[in-house]
Amino acid sequence: MNNILNQIGIENYIFLSVLLFCIGVFGVLYRRNAIIVFMSIEIMLNAVNLLFVAFSTYWQDSKGEVFVFFSMAVAAAEVAVGLAILVSIFRNIGSVDISNLKNLKG
Amino acid sequence: MSTILILFYFLSAITLSTAFLTIYSRNPIHSAIYLVLCFFSIAGHYLLFNAQFLALVHIIVYAGAIMVLFLFTIMLMNLNNEDEVHKPRITRLGAITVFVLLSSALVLIFMYSKPFVGEYPTTGEDFQSIKKLGTVLLDDKDGFMVPFEFASVLLLVAMIGAVLLSKKEKPGK
Repeated sequence: MNNILNQIGIENYIFLSVLLFCIGVFGVLYRRNAIIVFMSIEIMLNAVNLLFVAFSTYWQDSKGEVFVFFSMAVAAAEVAVGLAILVSIFRNIGSVDISNLKNLKG
Repeated sequence: MSTILILFYFLSAITLSTAFLTIYSRNPIHSAIYLVLCFFSIAGHYLLFNAQFLALVHIIVYAGAIMVLFLFTIMLMNLNNEDEVHKPRITRLGAITVFVLLSSALVLIFMYSKPFVGEYPTTGEDFQSIKKLGTVLLDDKDGFMVPFEFASVLLLVAMIGAVLLSKKEKPGK
């Protein structure tokens, strides 16, 4: 079985993951809509998952892919709870703009 | 330039551009659609690695479950009008500065650190079929049996929590 990294190279995947992660960070900082912030967090999680799979192929070891399954389970749980919190916030305040959430400010 | 490399660059361009458009587009529904495209291109990357089961699970979980949840929430909140106010200019400039600095710093770090050169090891044995993954996941000696059970408990707790959080409170309380 031919290793795919012979033709692509692990460093290309590292650069792709770094750029994807930075786009996620940019989205968290740039947008005010809490749903888009959640989507940016999903993008960051996916960047890390991609790097896990790349290094799993690099070492020819399946433990990295198994870890990605756990990461997906945690992401699914996080999204369910987070969106429930957002729905509850929207019901109480009337918007999901994160600059309106200043109730904890002293 | 081999076909695989062209395919990689094509998929990477789709991934990065749709991820950027997810953040950039004003309409949340468009953002969700771009995010689905981004997830599909990442599944394409997994297929390039020959990790078929992972690609399928990725499509089912992310493009299926999570994005449907996002779309339902967006429609529930009626956010598809583009009434979002821009952040103040200083915050946007700060976000762009952080993006440029962070990405250039990380890329330069990985570019000037010791590069991964030479042959990549190919053991030839199967390590990413469903059979092997199931063995590694559920092996009782050095497998991931206990984390697997903890993940199921975590999903149960998340389900109960989501139901409790989004339940309408009774007005009498």
